[in-house]
Amino acid sequence: MYEKNGEKYFIVDSHMHYWDASPENWVEGAEQYAKGWIECFHAYQGLGPAETHQPIEEFQRVSEDQLMREVFEEGYVDKAIFQSTYLREWYKDGFNTTERNGSLFEKHPDKFIVNTRFDPRDGDKGMREFEENTKRFNAIGAKLYTAEWNGDSRGFKLTDPEAYRFLERAQELGVKNIHVHKGPTIWPLDKDAFDVSDVDHAATDFQGLNFIVEHVGLPRIEDFCFMATQEPNVYAGLSVVIGGLMHARPKFFAKVMGELLFWVGEDKMTFGSDYNIWTPRWQIEGLVDWDYPSDEFSDYPRLGVEGKKKILGLNAAKLYGIDVPAEFQLPAGEGAQLVDEREVAQA
Amino acid sequence: MTISFLTRPTSEEVVGRVWEALRTVRDPELDTDVVSLDFVASVELAEADSGPVAHVRLRLPTYFCAPNFAFLMVADAWDAVSGVEGLVDVEVVLIDHFASDAINAGVAARAGFVTSMAGTEVGEAVSELHDLRRTFTERALMAGTDLVVRPLMRAGATPEQVAGMTLGDAVESSGSSDDLRRLRARRRELGIPSEDSDPLVVDPSGATVGVEALPLHLRKARSYQVGVDANTSICRGQLAVRYGL
Repeated sequence: MYEKNGEKYFIVDSHMHYWDASPENWVEGAEQYAKGWIECFHAYQGLGPAETHQPIEEFQRVSEDQLMREVFEEGYVDKAIFQSTYLREWYKDGFNTTERNGSLFEKHPDKFIVNTRFDPRDGDKGMREFEENTKRFNAIGAKLYTAEWNGDSRGFKLTDPEAYRFLERAQELGVKNIHVHKGPTIWPLDKDAFDVSDVDHAATDFQGLNFIVEHVGLPRIEDFCFMATQEPNVYAGLSVVIGGLMHARPKFFAKVMGELLFWVGEDKMTFGSDYNIWTPRWQIEGLVDWDYPSDEFSDYPRLGVEGKKKILGLNAAKLYGIDVPAEFQLPAGEGAQLVDEREVAQA
Repeated sequence: MTISFLTRPTSEEVVGRVWEALRTVRDPELDTDVVSLDFVASVELAEADSGPVAHVRLRLPTYFCAPNFAFLMVADAWDAVSGVEGLVDVEVVLIDHFASDAINAGVAARAGFVTSMAGTEVGEAVSELHDLRRTFTERALMAGTDLVVRPLMRAGATPEQVAGMTLGDAVESSGSSDDLRRLRARRRELGIPSEDSDPLVVDPSGATVGVEALPLHLRKARSYQVGVDANTSICRGQLAVRYGL
């Protein structure tokens, strides 16, 4: 919970992690990738305020105590949603697995929601793992990392027939929220790795699912925006957008927010800190205080207190069915709509 | 002998020309040259028996930057520097990247992207890069349209006026800015006419945008420009963190 100027904000951090990228977890022969990956993340942290930077050794694997403190005590977060990223090609036990995230959830079930994941290239074995994890953690969300390396393959698309099989199963299992990583940091060799058109197709074909595009498709933000206006079940996940731009490049942050507010709208934008790339505290404080820096932006939609409440928590709370105490609620009729109660929006 | 001695450029001059040549190489995604982006780590001349050899080292913001764009930049740099007078050979290498070895070997052998990636540990390249280059030149055309037209609109031009304007009209009203020169260059690369008498606002196929479609077209153009800006910001920030710039 965060309070400013008498306004109370219910905070859902809808995109965060509990990873282990320490050298002990690097796969022999793939050390350069494991090291390159976490150093790349660490450079991202450099885009946040200097006082939040961590030494690389600490950054590689934060302790449970540190996570609980930075996210919930110092970070104002009411509910945090774990997103899985496996990267087993590089990390022996995986980078950030459902099991590892789930270990914290089991200790603090009131604080966390665990999202599972699947990789359509894992076949029947992967399907069983997905089903088991989904049931074990009562998951209603999953994270898909389409650029993940897997054997000889360097990525997949949501439109692959195997992916559709998993999406159909997800729908049957009650996994409603599909977070898709469409953003920077790792590149397969497929030239279209960050093309968002596969999300477009899947969103049309799976009306019972919500697709939260994390990092808003950076570096293809415009393609994402044009697509999201046409697909009522596509959302903008703001992880990286706030962390990577708000502090380091405030003017560009304002432009990106303006574009998102214009094309996607405040009902379909969700906050995610991307912890522990960045801690949530400064991102939440900054967003609540945020306004366009000059009248150069006068033809973009404004973002008021209600919009900020939606983005920081109420939208994700609706997607995940999180109970929000009355003191944080908006007047009736506001906020994101769940798939089942949604009418097809006008493009 | 005397004449060739007199006309032979100094090392500093050759190095300067190499840097100038590198200014013609751009990151297709950011539509900015690699020198401005600080992607050129070093330019050095080595003296071979037959004359000077240029050694260029390129660097990128992260270990995992897109290998297809990296390949384009290394190959373009090789082409650009090879055209510099006074050099007998050129070496361009990409450093600190997961696909450095494959890309460097491929460019040195003048192999295409697919060939240079085939059989390497980072395999599975799926296509040559011409289509990719065209796609990003089209995006640069859209982003560049925003840079040129928005100042005109701010100065009071109506959609009707903008829809009827030629490139020459834009020069007349706001001068030939870098943005306008760059827009013309992108149009030429796409095979779209770019003389003064040609229409100012066209879509990536070269078709004129009528007054009805203009507002949405310009909205989209701005989104492309914002995308380029945001990516450039993140890339510059990461490069600075990575290399302590």
